[in-house]
Amino acid sequence: MPIGRWVSEADTWLSRSPGFFSGKPVVVDVSRLLLTKAKLAKLIADLGSRGIRVMGLLGADPAWVDADLPPVLTPGRTTELDTPRETREKREAPAPLPPAPSARVIPSHVRSGQTLFHDGDLTIIGSVSSGAEIVATGSIHIYGALRGRVLAGADGNKAAHIFCRRLAAELVAIDGYYRMAEDFPSDLLEKPVHAWLEDGDLKINALD
Amino acid sequence: MAQVVVVTSGKGGVGKTTTTAALGASLAQSGQRVAVVDFDVGLRNLDLVMGAERRVVYDLIYVSQGTVKLSQALIRDKRLETLFLLAASQTRDKDALTDDGVAKVMRELRESFDWIICDSPAGIERGATLAMRHADVAVVVTNPEVSSVRDSDRIVGLLDSKTDKAARGERIEKHLLLTRYDPVRAGRGDMLNVDDVIDILSLPLLGIIPESEEVLRASNLGSPVPISSPKSGPARAYSDAARRLMGEDVPMVFPTDRNGLFSKIFGRRAA
Repeated sequence: MPIGRWVSEADTWLSRSPGFFSGKPVVVDVSRLLLTKAKLAKLIADLGSRGIRVMGLLGADPAWVDADLPPVLTPGRTTELDTPRETREKREAPAPLPPAPSARVIPSHVRSGQTLFHDGDLTIIGSVSSGAEIVATGSIHIYGALRGRVLAGADGNKAAHIFCRRLAAELVAIDGYYRMAEDFPSDLLEKPVHAWLEDGDLKINALD
Repeated sequence: MAQVVVVTSGKGGVGKTTTTAALGASLAQSGQRVAVVDFDVGLRNLDLVMGAERRVVYDLIYVSQGTVKLSQALIRDKRLETLFLLAASQTRDKDALTDDGVAKVMRELRESFDWIICDSPAGIERGATLAMRHADVAVVVTNPEVSSVRDSDRIVGLLDSKTDKAARGERIEKHLLLTRYDPVRAGRGDMLNVDDVIDILSLPLLGIIPESEEVLRASNLGSPVPISSPKSGPARAYSDAARRLMGEDVPMVFPTDRNGLFSKIFGRRAA
């Protein structure tokens, strides 16, 4: 197809969707066109006047290249096929470690109606009342009676643990796996306990 | 130095108003200058319990808005001359009470009284938070049953966050007053016992007021129980509590079972 007709066809196309090429990097393959350097320069200029930005050329003579023409690209098919696989592998590589969680100590009771959230490990020196809620991204330690709701590992940390001096909780949860008061084994009630996750199962054991 | 006491509970009907009147009367009986202030705008009752309902001319809102002077609104008790009442408005809306207005009244009351006892409305809304805002001491009134205990727990959380003292980083002094305590029913396990309540609330115990017909009779007579029947169990319990508030070391009587002291006194009637 003569270049002139091709350009006018591109004009028709652009009149229907004027934004089709906008912001898109375009590579022009001229290997079948047998163009001279002058004709190639005109083609690039014609495309440029229609808002088509040519980022590279395929099949052009590298000797023609100067400041007015886009760089000549080598086909490099193997590399092109490999690139996506490499990026995929890179994405699956271990994510950077999250910043070490900070520890926070609350030196008092947590009363009914109060909620506490902490990004990291949380220690309560006191009781957690019925109707209170404690949420932490790390582990939770309660040096008192646990009567409220306690949720550890809140952002998906399966390695979080919960410890309390006396279990009378309304709800205990680690990373969304939870147990309600009625699910606790009765021999653990009012006892010091340790809760953790094992294969998606929330385990609760007496501490002594 | 004046002490502002808030009598609060969260839950209604546990005995805040009775306690305000009785503590006020007990403190006044030992010579202290006492003002009892009703914060329950729209549902006032302290005037009835104090027997002053026909003597209310001006109320807390008039004073807070600067319409009248504090001395014009204070009603002196007819039996105890160091006991005064500042009534709430029955006709106005709760929003008529402003932060600044209440602060002004409290400042003035502190100048002329030893004790200012604020009777908080039930709930955790504006009226209750205004009543506790200026308090130095809180008396948390609790019945030995789970809903009252939980509501008290909620109120303690608010006392530690919504008072001026808490805002200054200080701790408000809090006391637990267990009211309507029936040792026989607690002994049978129908009610929480004293240890359960103290264990859950973790507050120092100011006193245990036994459930008694005397209290009901006193309210209906419009005479606080330490005035109407000073020898009765509740009157003595309130008087002990008032002395503890003043810093005296008064041994606590723990009614634990049928053989306890309170059971001997009240057991026959309750059984």
